[in-house]
Amino acid sequence: MTVAPAQDRSAAGRAQPRTRHVPWRRREFWPIAYALPAIAAVALVFLYSFVEVVRYSLYSGSIGTLSYVGFANYGALFQDPVFTTSLFNNLKLLSIVPIVTVLGLAVALVINTGVRGWRLYRIFIFFPYVLPATAMGLAFSFILQDSGTLNTLLQDAHLSFLAHDWLGSPKWVIFSISGVIIWQQLGFGVVIFSAALLAVPAELIQAAQIDGASWWVIQRRIMIPQIRRIIQFFMIIMAITALSSVFTYVYVLTGGGPAYSSSVMEFYIYQDGFENGAIGIASAAAVVLLGIASILIVLYLWVRTRTMRESHQ
Amino acid sequence: MKILSTVLRQVLLIALVAISLYPMWFMISTALKTPSAYTLDPVGPPSHPTLSNIGAVFSQWPFLTWTRNSIIATVTSVCVATFISILASYAIVFGKTRGRETFLRTNIAMMAIPPVALLTPMYALMVQLHLINKLPAVIIFYCGLLVPFSVFFFVNFFREIPHELVEAAYIDGARPSRVLLRVVIPLSGAVTFTLVIVNAIFVWNELLIALVFLQSNGSRTLMAGVALYQGRYITNEPLIMAAAFLSLLPLAVLYIFGQRFFVRGMTAGMGR
Repeated sequence: MTVAPAQDRSAAGRAQPRTRHVPWRRREFWPIAYALPAIAAVALVFLYSFVEVVRYSLYSGSIGTLSYVGFANYGALFQDPVFTTSLFNNLKLLSIVPIVTVLGLAVALVINTGVRGWRLYRIFIFFPYVLPATAMGLAFSFILQDSGTLNTLLQDAHLSFLAHDWLGSPKWVIFSISGVIIWQQLGFGVVIFSAALLAVPAELIQAAQIDGASWWVIQRRIMIPQIRRIIQFFMIIMAITALSSVFTYVYVLTGGGPAYSSSVMEFYIYQDGFENGAIGIASAAAVVLLGIASILIVLYLWVRTRTMRESHQ
Repeated sequence: MKILSTVLRQVLLIALVAISLYPMWFMISTALKTPSAYTLDPVGPPSHPTLSNIGAVFSQWPFLTWTRNSIIATVTSVCVATFISILASYAIVFGKTRGRETFLRTNIAMMAIPPVALLTPMYALMVQLHLINKLPAVIIFYCGLLVPFSVFFFVNFFREIPHELVEAAYIDGARPSRVLLRVVIPLSGAVTFTLVIVNAIFVWNELLIALVFLQSNGSRTLMAGVALYQGRYITNEPLIMAAAFLSLLPLAVLYIFGQRFFVRGMTAGMGR
């Protein structure tokens, strides 16, 4: 978290002498040469793909035998109940954003009280975030089975009315997937927020304490407002995650089932493009996803610039 | 009152740690049971621990091939991406070119773009290049995906390096490549290590791209292989848990020894 504000210091901070020896004759050229491999990689994977995904979305057929169909793929997309279900499932998954934020913030506030062993707790709480979603999803797929560990434990505790077919019933499946995602992402929130809270200037807190403010008032009036930019930024990143990085959970936990009730947009793109070979439909779905994501990306850039500006003052 | 709340906070955090670690415990204890022992008692600890599942993963599954593929994909894409990102970041911070602010802004936007949106064009490209079922297909894709964050990361770090150091070297007549090798890189050891870890985790854990581009058994990475074999061995939970455990073991071991690098690196995207 010790990264500098990404602001241009070239104008003020770095007035370089103008007279140079031989190497400086190269100064117009070498930066471009150095940046070229990275630019090439990014141009291929991002720019090329952007242009092509839009183009492919206007074609039908498989690679090699494509024919132009205009916007027909988009029409077909919104008439496909599996696509609309997938889209709605992504929107439902957005509910993890407030949950992870509030839980993460609450835990970070507790950790920030300097409770004994907090460093160790934080290491353990962060651990799930590091682990592969594939492997952990497999473990959860057994834990959440109808006859799995969770339901067995609930029965043993005489709470069988709480037991459900977590992954097998269309009613509960998105709820269960959300639970697994929250389990994995919470540690990220806790670490982000506790680092931000630690960086709040001590004078602010001391001044409030002298004024006789209670712990809770200090948290609500000083700590949380002080880190509000980080909170906003975190929520945007979580929203992007819920929208576009949940494929692994769905694939491993349910395979989109039962009967596509847990499909998400990524899963839809995967199935249509690579299992059914409908590259045009998959590309159209990707463009729709990109369109929704771009709203979040604009917000993300906006909050990021605001944060930089504020921290630079 | 004070003591009570101290106890309460401890209980809360211990409960949270228990929830965080429980799936890991479930995975290990299941991996050590025989399938019939698991069916009888899926919850408790293994009464007669056995390593037969671990053995079966290696003998019945092409697990070593997948591991080798994962290692090759991870090492190659992380090394190449890190190297070209260092070069680019150095040029951006210490060189004088126009358009670098635009480049940086585009770069930050790319960090947030969902990889799935790039999947169909990259797939079509790899089909045309005859790279499907070959590791270079995923290595190229991963490399491109890793560059934006890596550049962001190095640019932020290089800006912290005192410019007098670099300028002193220039005034002595050193060329840019020499300054990079002798001044900048020696200062960047810990930072580079942190970034390598973050990037390696991404590639090691990645599933979607690996599933799409590597469809033959011999070309799969660990995550793709394990995720696919789950369907085939669905009734043998201990075997699947053994494979899942082995697939995350390298990361878990790395985390135990270098957790501060993980934490620092994986939260750097939030840096101001």
